[in-house]
Amino acid sequence: MSELLQFLFSGVTIGAVYALVALGFTIIYNASDVVNFAQGEFVMLGGMITWFAHAAGLPLPLAALIAIAATACLGVAMNKLMIEPARGAPVVSLIIITIGASIFIEGAAQLVFDKQIHSFPAFSGDAPIRVGGATILPQSLWVTGGAIAVFVGLWLFFTRTLLGRAVLATSNNRLAAQLVGINTTFVMTLSFALSAAIGALAGVLATPITLTSYGVGIGFALKGFAGAMLGGMGNPKGALVGGFAIGMIEALTAGYLSSQYKDAAAFVVILAVLFFLPQGLFGRTSTDRV
Amino acid sequence: MSDLLSIEGLGITFGGLKAVHDVSFRVRPGEIVSVIGPNGAGKTTLFNMISGVYRPGAGRVVLEGDDVTGMEPHLLARRGMSRTFQNLQIFPSMTALENAVTGYHLQERGPVLADLLGLPGARARARRAEEGARALLARVGLERAAERAAGNLSYGSLKRLEIARALALEPKVLLLDEPAAGCNAVETEEIDHLIAEVAASGVAILLVEHDMKMVMRISNHIVVLDHGEKIAEGDPATVSRNPAVIAAYLGVEEGQDHAHG
Amino acid sequence: MKMTPKTATLLVLAALIALTPFFFPSGYYYRVGALLFVNGIAVTGMVILTGYAGQISLGHAGFAGIGAYACALAPVHWGLHPALAVILGAAISAILAFLVGRPILRLKGYYLGVATLGLGILVAMVLNNERQLTGGPDGMAVPELGLRALLKGWGLTLSNGEFWYFFCGLVLLVGAWLALNLYASPTGRALRALHGSEVAARTVGIDVARLKLQAFVISAVYASVSGSLLALQNKFVTPDVAGFMHSIEMVTMAVLGGVGSVLGAIFGAGILTLLPQVLTVFAEYEQMVLGLVMVLVMIFLREGLLPSVLRKFRGKDE
Repeated sequence: MSELLQFLFSGVTIGAVYALVALGFTIIYNASDVVNFAQGEFVMLGGMITWFAHAAGLPLPLAALIAIAATACLGVAMNKLMIEPARGAPVVSLIIITIGASIFIEGAAQLVFDKQIHSFPAFSGDAPIRVGGATILPQSLWVTGGAIAVFVGLWLFFTRTLLGRAVLATSNNRLAAQLVGINTTFVMTLSFALSAAIGALAGVLATPITLTSYGVGIGFALKGFAGAMLGGMGNPKGALVGGFAIGMIEALTAGYLSSQYKDAAAFVVILAVLFFLPQGLFGRTSTDRV
Repeated sequence: MSDLLSIEGLGITFGGLKAVHDVSFRVRPGEIVSVIGPNGAGKTTLFNMISGVYRPGAGRVVLEGDDVTGMEPHLLARRGMSRTFQNLQIFPSMTALENAVTGYHLQERGPVLADLLGLPGARARARRAEEGARALLARVGLERAAERAAGNLSYGSLKRLEIARALALEPKVLLLDEPAAGCNAVETEEIDHLIAEVAASGVAILLVEHDMKMVMRISNHIVVLDHGEKIAEGDPATVSRNPAVIAAYLGVEEGQDHAHG
Repeated sequence: MKMTPKTATLLVLAALIALTPFFFPSGYYYRVGALLFVNGIAVTGMVILTGYAGQISLGHAGFAGIGAYACALAPVHWGLHPALAVILGAAISAILAFLVGRPILRLKGYYLGVATLGLGILVAMVLNNERQLTGGPDGMAVPELGLRALLKGWGLTLSNGEFWYFFCGLVLLVGAWLALNLYASPTGRALRALHGSEVAARTVGIDVARLKLQAFVISAVYASVSGSLLALQNKFVTPDVAGFMHSIEMVTMAVLGGVGSVLGAIFGAGILTLLPQVLTVFAEYEQMVLGLVMVLVMIFLREGLLPSVLRKFRGKDE
């Protein structure tokens, strides 16, 4: 029993990171119909910049803030320089553009930082907390709390603020949104900034547990993407649930089946879901109009 | 003569809204049956159900005595059903000729291995289909556009190209969704003749068209839809005198008819 | 007599393969050329899947992995001749593609992307984890194909580099010939039709699900053969051959050059194969440049390099 609890704890922790990445995917997908494969690089940058700034002598909270702000700026730059000019391009082209961006950022990170594995201190110490025979790291609570806080924040933003509703309107129907005077270009900029910031936050929260290096991005991107897809592309609730689900499946597979195949579990589930529910768990079905 | 196509109580619901409800009629070989009605009356939805693009929520589609309700479009094509689309569905990166050739798919298809190896049999199949397609393009007046990319053709030409492609299947029943939309008077008349000619060869034709003059001229039988339900049917003279039809449709449409020229 | 595009493409390819060695400054370039051809084979398969049929795959390296490991494993475990192992790999790839293809190909766009991606990653993971069988991440040795020795017996002596250059070039030519045959054939037309409009394709009687599956299986065989040839010429294989990055490379090469045409896609394979060679001087920047090239080409030359360049060349602007 305590064993199961232990696996669940680690599943929740890693699932929270995936959920954050999946939420990032969802925001950009809703605003622009682009699946941003560079989403994982935002996570990497969050961790790496924080490490770099912290190592340079800045206090950790300030270093984290700088990392999140810098990554958000990078997200905006990416939108302006790569996504906006490619408006209307076919899906394959958009996939290649964002993967190209991902490779570019990874290459740049190697140069700007280094090729080592890094970490920084956990926010509230490393003393494990005992719960029902299992233990959980305080940092895990930070990560999980972060994911839930971001989700609630997004929910409030999208339902309670005018700007958030504008973003939602744009995702429902870009043309109609433009007609009622919503600046859809700004909505896209905002979405990239928000999404990059959330990715960086995930990196900041997770690095004390998962460690970071220039190459961690693509793994986060694939798992987060799997989570977003599992929940149904474009649905924030689905992204949250999907991200946590992928984390759980991974942890349980590692615990009970094979630690080598823990990464496989996520993709087996994805394939199974797509076979039987081609629109994901919470996705909308669409009918071709002819 | 017996029915070629019989529509029995067909209906479908989208998100709680009855798009089409309990529509029945029949089409005999060589007959031209028009489905008319104001915009949003459910004509195209009806076509989509008959041709297998949508699965009907209620009712049956009977083709030559067989229940083909909800059958996949490519299987219906094998049974002799063929159609065109209101909002063009052409293959834009292929030439006009290749577009028409795809209509011969059922005749020209063969083992994929033969196609990969470019075996003489595969080439002969392709050549036969091309010859047939060329003749069809000539029939709809597009012979000179054969080698042009379909994406670069005018709207009226594309309408005719779709008809050519649909005819290539040598259908028993042909569904034409607004074949004359966007065509000028001369083109409309040509399409008019073409349809009459095809019907005369024994093909059952089901037509959706907004050009009332054309509908009245060529139809043997007219079915009138309004809000997804059949409100009248009969020969052109009967239907045009029907008060319900005039109220629901002709009154509104006459103004538009002028605009169409 | 007017030359058909098929003949023209094959002639250009054959001429390039035969004549380029005269300009090689050293024997090393045979190796680069052979690598280019191996990539060209995989990419020709992508032309059939993506260019003709309009379907994406982000997991085709999985099939390359199967082809590669078939050549490594079958000769050792079952005493199969490496040439037969190539065929075995292709058969396994085809069967796998056939089995998973039907449910996967119902999906569209990003969903299809993630499903194929998952498939590729699963193959790579098996290769990484089944250490007793595959040697895990360290990879394993691949036996000699033996054709070079056979040729020597017949009096044709080629260096290792030369042999693989011409052999892979020949296989690429055959692959291109098949793909070009397919393009103009009834099957090819049906594939391009369903790419243009699935609903219209269905109403003219095209069995869309079946045709997509055929394209998927054929392209899987191309990827598998490409993986086999890579393993055989390197005489060594690691799970990277099946990795996500290799899948992305395949798609990128094809789209970069112009996925609509065989020559364009092979051109893209050339660019992406040569780029790292050119950039070895700036090894540090290699990844950045690669990423940047991917982004810029997709933004500014949407149809891919070759069609865009040809259009400029002809001065025809549409």
